Amino acid sequence: MSQRGALYFGIFFLLLIAVGFGQSWNVALGILNLCLISAIMSLGVNIQWGYAGLFNVGVMGFTALGGLAAVLISMPPVAEAWAVGGVGIGLSLLGLLILVAAVIFVRNNVPRVFRFWATLAVILVGVVLIRLVYAPAVDRIEAINPAHTGYLGGFNLPIVLSWVVGGAIAAGAGWLIGKITLGLRADYLAIATLGISEIILAVLKYEEWLTRGVKNVTGLPRPVPYEVDLIASADFAAFASRFGEVADAASVVVKLCYLVLFVAVLAIIMWLSERALKSPWGRMMRAIRDNRDAASAMGKDVKARHLQVFVLGCAVCGIAGAMLTTLDGQLTPTSYIPLRFTFLIWVMVIIGGSGNNWGAMLGGFVIWFLWIQAEPLGNWFMHAITLFMGDDSWLKGHLIAGAAYTRLILMGALLLLVMRFAPRGLIPER
Amino acid sequence: MSFLDASHMTGGYGRGADIIKDCTITVEKGEIAVVVGPNGAGKSTAMKAVFGMLNLREGAVLLDGQDITDMAPQERVRVGMGFVPQVRNIFVSMTVEENLEMGAFIRDDDFQDTLGQVYDLFPVLRDKRNQPAGELSGGQRQQVAVGRALMTRPRLLMLDEPTAGVSPIVMDELFDRILEIARTGIAILMVEQNARQALEIADHGFVLVNGENRFTDTGKALLANPEVRRSFLGG
Amino acid sequence: MDILNALVLFANYVFVPATAYGAQLALGALGVTLIFGILRFANFAHGELMSFGTMAVILATWALQDMGVSLGPLPTALLALPFGIAVTVVFALLTDRYVFRFYRVKKSDPIIYAIASVGVMFVMAGLIRVIIGPDDQSFADGARFIITARDFKELTGLEEGLAIRVTQVITIIVALAVMAVLFWFLQRTRSGKAMRAYSDNEDLALLSGIDPDKVVRMAWIITAILATIAGTLYGLDKTYKPFIFQQILLPIFAAAILGGIGQPVGAILGGFVVAYSEVTITYAYKKFLAYLGPEGWAPEGLMQFLSTDYKFAVSFIILVAVLLVRPTGIIRGKVI
Repeated sequence: MSQRGALYFGIFFLLLIAVGFGQSWNVALGILNLCLISAIMSLGVNIQWGYAGLFNVGVMGFTALGGLAAVLISMPPVAEAWAVGGVGIGLSLLGLLILVAAVIFVRNNVPRVFRFWATLAVILVGVVLIRLVYAPAVDRIEAINPAHTGYLGGFNLPIVLSWVVGGAIAAGAGWLIGKITLGLRADYLAIATLGISEIILAVLKYEEWLTRGVKNVTGLPRPVPYEVDLIASADFAAFASRFGEVADAASVVVKLCYLVLFVAVLAIIMWLSERALKSPWGRMMRAIRDNRDAASAMGKDVKARHLQVFVLGCAVCGIAGAMLTTLDGQLTPTSYIPLRFTFLIWVMVIIGGSGNNWGAMLGGFVIWFLWIQAEPLGNWFMHAITLFMGDDSWLKGHLIAGAAYTRLILMGALLLLVMRFAPRGLIPER
Repeated sequence: MSFLDASHMTGGYGRGADIIKDCTITVEKGEIAVVVGPNGAGKSTAMKAVFGMLNLREGAVLLDGQDITDMAPQERVRVGMGFVPQVRNIFVSMTVEENLEMGAFIRDDDFQDTLGQVYDLFPVLRDKRNQPAGELSGGQRQQVAVGRALMTRPRLLMLDEPTAGVSPIVMDELFDRILEIARTGIAILMVEQNARQALEIADHGFVLVNGENRFTDTGKALLANPEVRRSFLGG
Repeated sequence: MDILNALVLFANYVFVPATAYGAQLALGALGVTLIFGILRFANFAHGELMSFGTMAVILATWALQDMGVSLGPLPTALLALPFGIAVTVVFALLTDRYVFRFYRVKKSDPIIYAIASVGVMFVMAGLIRVIIGPDDQSFADGARFIITARDFKELTGLEEGLAIRVTQVITIIVALAVMAVLFWFLQRTRSGKAMRAYSDNEDLALLSGIDPDKVVRMAWIITAILATIAGTLYGLDKTYKPFIFQQILLPIFAAAILGGIGQPVGAILGGFVVAYSEVTITYAYKKFLAYLGPEGWAPEGLMQFLSTDYKFAVSFIILVAVLLVRPTGIIRGKVI
């Protein structure tokens, strides 16, 4: 990392400390934890964009898969639901596999003239048949104690495990999408990833048997102590009372515990990314990015390398997603607004410095910080420009109501400005 | 002074090395000049230099006495140059007639008579005027490409390897047509891979090697020159 | 067996709405395909451009309504359309001037344009939400129906009604008119042919003396017109909500790619195919089948291929299928 980079990181931490003193340490640590997760996502996107020039618009989808993993790994299974619907769901999945196999069979064996219609027929019949098993099973599962469960639950394993599993699931989805689109124009990958993320989020939102959908899964087990337990412990109370309010201290300690875990993950991913980038593999990736034709003329299998790097990037996004859900302690499918947050990650990478891991990390820190602090800023701005208007002015109320959206404008403008005037970002690639 | 007088041209693409060095090419009205030479001799580059598609470090290009060295290709079209690129030289998704119309895009006057002349020159195009040009055969596509360049009524027509990839019969026909065009008083500058056939119809020939003029003479004299025959025409 | 009622039912819930929706998608996809053909990038801001245009139309409609202007049975929005178009055209040209032109001069990679278009999309999304707010806005006025379900039932004596809304008919008529004018422009006029030539072979177009700046400007103007009309028709037919225009981006891209990107005819075909697939696949056929089956019989379950929640999954599946099977689209598109 360059001196300039160190300086930027220094400024960021000073800002954070200012928030600590000015607002509260709780707020500062809360922001920092999310900054760390943002940095991991940003590293994931940087692997795809910075190393290989792949434009992934579906980051939120892969993040959501990580969130799904957190639920599936950590929540206790709902035995009754398994009893009434487990077989049905299992059969449906099996049916889906058979359907895919049948489609492949049809495409390889049916004469060209009928191929399209035969495929269509197989798919339609297959879907109808699967639904015969699937729909009743889903109804039965969702009928079981809908206010609390109404889904299959998970495997009751430590939630930290889901960080790995989430990465793996996201990698699988990335492999599928990459396999289909990577040979084509770069924009097709972008459009396809936009699509897959919409679908993943739709599944999370509407497949209640899997995720409880919009009813949300709450109360995920934590990898760190609970505030209430800390407060109840006499030793902790004695220790904390030296610093101030016990409740605040408990909350700070919990956040610090998360912080340690997140820093560890970030450090591991950062170390691996840096090693990969500096290895012959990383040099080859950049060679492909800078001159695809030359690299492919030299016998590099561009498509296979792109697939590799795309899958890796998706995995990192999945890991970050699982961590995010762990931190939140709940999965709320409606909170993944596909384009908006994906875009934020992109802003992080490009402003930080595409191709440079330290840059991507810095971008993750700074942009998340800005995103959080832009809200009061937007509010202040709108109040300032409406100061001369009367309090009953319709326009004033309207503008202040819209203040929250000024940060969309801010982020968009920031991206466009950086792309144009400093396309290499805060910490440029060497 | 010749009608086209491109003298002492030196330059290359972007900031890269010079590809042509002190290269001179001239064409007279109503005559055919052919640039030949081995692969990589800078033939196409020399033609692109004449047309303003690369930056010249030295030398000048004069058309009919007018210095056009600093003009962009589009401006050169306006002062009477027509250029037929070697590849991607037609609008494949547009009909033959639309291709010709696009050729006449810069003309504000009525170009119907020029259209008629092109159709007279290439009768097959008249029959296929409403077919997408991309559906035509290789030879017919070249006719469309040449026809498109003729639509601006150029005083100098430049052809970059017009016979690349077409059969010998089509090539002979194309050369016949080019002779016919030259007879109307248009100066023709042509880069050719098929050196022998091209020199047969050429009034003047320029043999380039490594971006420099090696031999310059009439077509007949070059064909008769034993050294040219041995080195460039395969004996 | 009651074929007549089954057909009316199908027309009412599938054919008529899907046709209107298809026309809206087709207009949207035309804009995407035009920008792709001329500027050669996937414009992620197109949904917001539609939204922006519609917003301008809505604001003008409200102003007209306040002044007491109305078109009788037709929605006032039609009168406000020219104003919306003008504002959107200016906005599109400004974004080109201050964002995209820079990359054009630099001859940047298409993907850079695409990322810049995402930036534009966010600025626009923010602007729209600040100006008109994130909520539903209804701006349709005039008569609601050409024929209501009840009138239809009384007229024909059938059990099922066929309701045709004014907005659906307007959508289809306006869309057809716009397409006709667009094709006339592209096929018959000098500027239109220049655009096609530029899209076909940029270098040769330059050699022919076609002014690239003019062509690009023209492309943005047409795209802004199409986007405003498409968005307004969609808003009249359903409702205007800024968020919807983020979601509609996917079906529009799917339609453009399915048709063969850069191919106007393809975009229209693609729009209708996507719309019909979306509606037929998520429609519950229970009642329809009951009419076709023996008296008193009804199939169990809703008889739906996919639940309506997955409407846009259909466009994605179409997209993926196209990319797998024929990446150039129905009508061979430009580049893959």
